[in-house]
Amino acid sequence: MAGDVAAAVEAANTRAVERMLAADPVLVDVAAAGDAIEGLEDRTILHAGPPIGWPDMCGPLKGAVAGAIVLEGWAADLEDAAELAAAGGVGFHPNHHFDAVGPMTGIVTRSMPVMIVENRAFGNRAFCTLNEGLGKVMRFGGNDAEVLARLRWLADTFGPAFGVALREAGGIPLKAMIARGLSMGDEMHQRNVGCTSLLLRTIAPALARAVGDRERLAGLFEFIGGNDQFFLNVAMAMGKAIMDPVRGIEGSSVVTAMSRNGTMFGIRVSGLGDRWFTAPVEMPRGLYFPGFSEDDANPDIGDSTIVETVGLGGFSMAASPAVAGFVGAGTAADALNYTRAMEEITVARNPEWTIPALDFAGVPTGIDIRKVVASGQVPTINTGIAHREAGIGQVGAGVVKAPMACFESALEAFAAEMGVA
Amino acid sequence: MKDRKDPIQDLLNGPVAVVNIGLAQFARTLEGRGVDAVQVDWSPPAGGNRRTIDLLDKLGA
Repeated sequence: MAGDVAAAVEAANTRAVERMLAADPVLVDVAAAGDAIEGLEDRTILHAGPPIGWPDMCGPLKGAVAGAIVLEGWAADLEDAAELAAAGGVGFHPNHHFDAVGPMTGIVTRSMPVMIVENRAFGNRAFCTLNEGLGKVMRFGGNDAEVLARLRWLADTFGPAFGVALREAGGIPLKAMIARGLSMGDEMHQRNVGCTSLLLRTIAPALARAVGDRERLAGLFEFIGGNDQFFLNVAMAMGKAIMDPVRGIEGSSVVTAMSRNGTMFGIRVSGLGDRWFTAPVEMPRGLYFPGFSEDDANPDIGDSTIVETVGLGGFSMAASPAVAGFVGAGTAADALNYTRAMEEITVARNPEWTIPALDFAGVPTGIDIRKVVASGQVPTINTGIAHREAGIGQVGAGVVKAPMACFESALEAFAAEMGVA
Repeated sequence: MKDRKDPIQDLLNGPVAVVNIGLAQFARTLEGRGVDAVQVDWSPPAGGNRRTIDLLDKLGA
């Protein structure tokens, strides 16, 4: 019987990875989240990670929530906003429950513009907010007037123009762009300078046609070109669009989502439906901006681990030796080892996304919870580090491990599901 | 006394190259004495947890 079960799991995992590899993600549009995301109601706030209530939220998440409430006009100021949230005046839900993802705090409310990535092989769509840039931003818990003004500019000016340009261009296929980005030293989590440049180059003509005013057009170019991480949010929506069709494959032990809310880390497994398996988040180890240290850092947060779930980010560290230095992960040789270690816990390599420094081996694809638990090797994640207090922003970047306890509890449930517990 | 042509004896009479599995300190100590040593990154499956190993066996890992 055990042999039958093992064969069934292998077959299901092969199917899961086939779906990942068959994906055809295309960046097609930008629209207000309230229009694009079905079921996103008024006074509803989507956040990163598995479900969480206000009392358990970390500082940056509370700060971002308060800022979003003011942005939407549900409270007059940040103090009233926090009171409203604490009193149950808004509903909280994970982005993942709405086909969406968001970096760091991951806040999405109705007025915010979201990029739409369509997986044309399966017909599903996924959503992610626009990257706000560096400095004080809501994804790191920023919530002052400058942060809210930028969000309004994204909603009123940048988002609509970018959406028109994308529609005129007929969408931008992402798979080939990622392949080129890997060869340019991006791993699509902490380094996106290659793909951001490729995206800007690709969309520039359509953007120029969409925006008549030259100064306004220059502002849009400056915004994309001035933010090396602009493409991160595109990669995240792409990751979600790739992984959603992998959900619900009976007998598959492949991870379909990894995500953190700053308090808990959660994973979902294909053969276990949409259940979350959670454990307390860990603290990233990395490098800090001048004037900050680990004492200032918030534990791991964000939906951006969806890029590791598809084989990028920490899984593709070998493509990006510059990132290994930036996140304090060591030398170029260490970067190779990070990727090799992830090969131990995955089902396959992606033949279309290859890494030059590994003789063009494909990125490790399809995290198998059995292999994680058996090897003791947990997924490696490249991440930004937020200040632990609301409203301050990013203080560094580093590497963090997914907690093993998520995978152990998922394995117990999976064994029960397969009738071998 | 064993024959000096015993291959095991030859192994220890010539230059030694070591592959170490387990505590890395053994490899480091040898390296410190100028011996070629390679540390294998290995740990027991599932950290040695017997129940988990049993589940993994049934699931084909």
